[in-house]
Amino acid sequence: MASDRLARLCAVALVALALFNFPMVEVVERWAKVTSVPLVPLYFFVAWAGVIALAAWLLERGGGGEP
Amino acid sequence: MSHFAAWAIAISLAYLGLLFALASFGDRRAEQGRSVIANPYIYTLSLAVYCTAWTYFGSVGVAASQGVAFLPVYLGPTLLALLFLGPVRKILLIAKAYGITSIADFASARYGKSGTVAGLVTIVALLGSIPYISLQLKAVATGIELLFAHDGVSERGALGADSALLVALVLAAFSILFGTRHIDATEHHQGMVLAIAFESVVKLLCFLVVGIFVTWVLFSGPSDLLARAEAAGVVDRLHFSATRLSYADWFLLTLLSAFAVLLLPRQFQVMVIENLDIRHLQRASWMFPLYLLVINIFVLPIALAGLILGGTVAEADSFVLGLPLVHGQAWLAILAFLGGLSAATAMVIVETVAVSTMISNDLVMPLLLRIRALGLAQRPDLTGLILGVRRAGIILAVAGGYLFFHSVGEAMGLVSIGYIAFAGVAQFAPLLLLGIAWKGANRNGAVVGLLAGFLVWLYTLVLPSFVIAGVLPESILREGPFGIALLRPTALFGLEGLHPVAHCALWSLTINSALLVLVSLLSSASDLERLQAILFVDVEQSRGTPRLWRGEAKVGALEELLVRFLGRPAAEAIWQAETARRGRPLNPDEPADAGLVERAERQLARAIGAASARAVVASTVRGESIGPDALLEILDETQKVLEYSRRLEQKSRELEVATAELRRANERLRELDRLKDDFLATVSHELRTPLTSIRSFSEILLDNPDLEAEERARFLRIITSESERLTRLINDVLDLSKIESGRMEWKIGPADLVELVREGIRAAEGLMAEKGVELEVAIPDEPAPVTCDRDRIVQVVLNLLSNACKFVPRPGGRVRVELRRKGSVFEIRVEDNGPGVPPEARELVFEKFHQLTGNLNTQKPTGTGLGLAISKQIVEHFGGRIWIEEATLGGAALCFTLPVSEEAGAARVAA
Repeated sequence: MASDRLARLCAVALVALALFNFPMVEVVERWAKVTSVPLVPLYFFVAWAGVIALAAWLLERGGGGEP
Repeated sequence: MSHFAAWAIAISLAYLGLLFALASFGDRRAEQGRSVIANPYIYTLSLAVYCTAWTYFGSVGVAASQGVAFLPVYLGPTLLALLFLGPVRKILLIAKAYGITSIADFASARYGKSGTVAGLVTIVALLGSIPYISLQLKAVATGIELLFAHDGVSERGALGADSALLVALVLAAFSILFGTRHIDATEHHQGMVLAIAFESVVKLLCFLVVGIFVTWVLFSGPSDLLARAEAAGVVDRLHFSATRLSYADWFLLTLLSAFAVLLLPRQFQVMVIENLDIRHLQRASWMFPLYLLVINIFVLPIALAGLILGGTVAEADSFVLGLPLVHGQAWLAILAFLGGLSAATAMVIVETVAVSTMISNDLVMPLLLRIRALGLAQRPDLTGLILGVRRAGIILAVAGGYLFFHSVGEAMGLVSIGYIAFAGVAQFAPLLLLGIAWKGANRNGAVVGLLAGFLVWLYTLVLPSFVIAGVLPESILREGPFGIALLRPTALFGLEGLHPVAHCALWSLTINSALLVLVSLLSSASDLERLQAILFVDVEQSRGTPRLWRGEAKVGALEELLVRFLGRPAAEAIWQAETARRGRPLNPDEPADAGLVERAERQLARAIGAASARAVVASTVRGESIGPDALLEILDETQKVLEYSRRLEQKSRELEVATAELRRANERLRELDRLKDDFLATVSHELRTPLTSIRSFSEILLDNPDLEAEERARFLRIITSESERLTRLINDVLDLSKIESGRMEWKIGPADLVELVREGIRAAEGLMAEKGVELEVAIPDEPAPVTCDRDRIVQVVLNLLSNACKFVPRPGGRVRVELRRKGSVFEIRVEDNGPGVPPEARELVFEKFHQLTGNLNTQKPTGTGLGLAISKQIVEHFGGRIWIEEATLGGAALCFTLPVSEEAGAARVAA
């Protein structure tokens, strides 16, 4: 159980690493050039919040036992 | 001094007073055992000491010129926080198991309690902290200048001194008050943690209030802000290109920040040392990133607003304070200043406490203890000295920060200064993270790697900052030292195009970890290092395992040591706990055992670090060092003990077997004894019955001489018959005892079983005729050769026949005798049509005196009860078997076998 959760959190960390770096950021940057919406900051904050929400969901479901 | 600035200063001082009260409250509650900080929320808020004046003022400064370039500093920690339950949890487990007091202590303990590693880490941590502290001084001093400028006065004139110096003095005093009031055995600063958690709330709220004011009061919401940014031509800040960072820079800065959030001395202090419950990591794992996200939401809006409203990029570090101030919101400006002050004070307090603990435990005390001339090991009370060293350490760190500010910091942005510290402490990452995962990492590797990384950091990042400040000539950066272009500090070996911090991180971390691995593989580790490596890497398995310890120390000497370093009350508390653990008072003269020495060292380590504690205890405990010989000796001893215990186990198993055998033999003896008693009792009883009858009839005859002749004859016949029965009984008993004791004289010879059976039948004919039994005989004509005692076998046959006659019904009794060959044996069956023997009694009838008084036959049987027992003995003596089974006639079939005598048969055939 605990090691399952750790594995899932590591996966979330890898997803976060991918979201916050090349090439995802480059893709968003290209889109941002053709719109007036501040896409780059929006993208970072939304992706960031999503990662936190995912981690919170993984960590808080099933109560808080000794990790 | 004007009213406004005076108010601001007064409120700030009052705020610091409030913090101090809060800390005292936290400490008092901790002493009462009712901790107010033992929950994941306070833990998370204490981790937010990560957000300093850099975040509070500096992020906006970066955002104003480089857009989202402020983000890697928070994305990195988010990534690390997701791994809280992985490597970070392991570090916490180790720190708790071995009483770690700082990051230097941790590194030193991992690498064989090495004083070199501890000292080196301390120096790097101190040098890394200095620019970081100077950043806080600069931010607060700038804030004060702004407040005074608003009043139209020079702060230097108003305060009579340099504001940065005053800030430094106040912060140093405050840190000393907070962090070094006493040295306690647990080394938790619960009051301090409570205060910085409170400060984390204050700085977050203040920043949000400023952000909301700017976005919704100065502007009418985000879309208005965005539209006016477009109009002002600053909307390009919202593109990634504005960061002027390559993706490699971006990644390296993220990585650097992820290391920093764990390795900065203050972060290690709150995350690892001050952690009260390892389970708090779980919630902090997502709440800490959430805090980082929330405090960053208004960074871009404030930066854009500042630019739109006429601020320049150079002033952007003070937008948070400047915007409310310029727009006449004096109280909001004070609030903004308070938030910044919170961020700065929290950082300085925790950082200096962490660094000063390292300076005293891992640098100064080990050195002082090593200098024998000082005779410190003999001083009665060292607590005062330790506190003094720590206070000096705090002053040193703050003074260093102040000097850095004046020589370099004034020319640099907040974030640039901060990054220097990040890259510095990141040098701990290889030795720490490899250290908890790879047992092969050794002290030599750690020292060489750290030293190399540290030098690369000095060369590629610290030196250029002195160039920027104008202390060193610019030609070094452009042309390289002595004109060697390959060695240009910001383009080492020609690696150009990277952000200076990313460039430094890349080179220093690569060289650091490569050397750590390489040197570890090429050099050998001491035994203690290997031992510590195992304890650290396998912390989950080795929790609670006592360390190896050899040496002699008196209990009294150890106690004295604890008193000297921890003070008398703390030492006495430990001694009381020890007494309670043992259930008896400790005698000062008895030698201390390994466990006691180890616990004493651990308690000392909590106060003064592993390296110092080891040095101190070693001075008291003679012959402590574990050299290869000693280790081999221990192993040898262990092996001997193991061998001994193995032999003991074997012996005890053998003993168990022997005991079981003895028990069985004893039971058999008891059984035999009981049987003998039973036998005697039965025999006596059996003898008494006929004797009683003989005696009573004899008495009748004696007392009545004039009895009728007929009566007299009847009585005499009874007497005669009873005497015969008595004789028979005695003969049987004698026979049986002779057979059983092996004193029977057997007349063994060849015999024809057919003949013997017929003889037996003839002997029983009278009896059968008397009972009217119909006899059926099925015996072959050819001879059945056996080797036996003729008379005894006839006796057996007779026994079985008379036995059968006893149970057959009258009239209509039938008995059948059969003899046939079955392989190598002859089988004789004597069947009857009596009531039979129930299966459960079939074994018992062969026991002595066992008489079948079956339900069907209420008449008392007339035998001695020994017939079948004797028959069994006889048959078995000649290698045969005797048993009872169901008869074809309906009653019992008593059968016995005797082996065929081949010799006799062959002889007969030959004749």
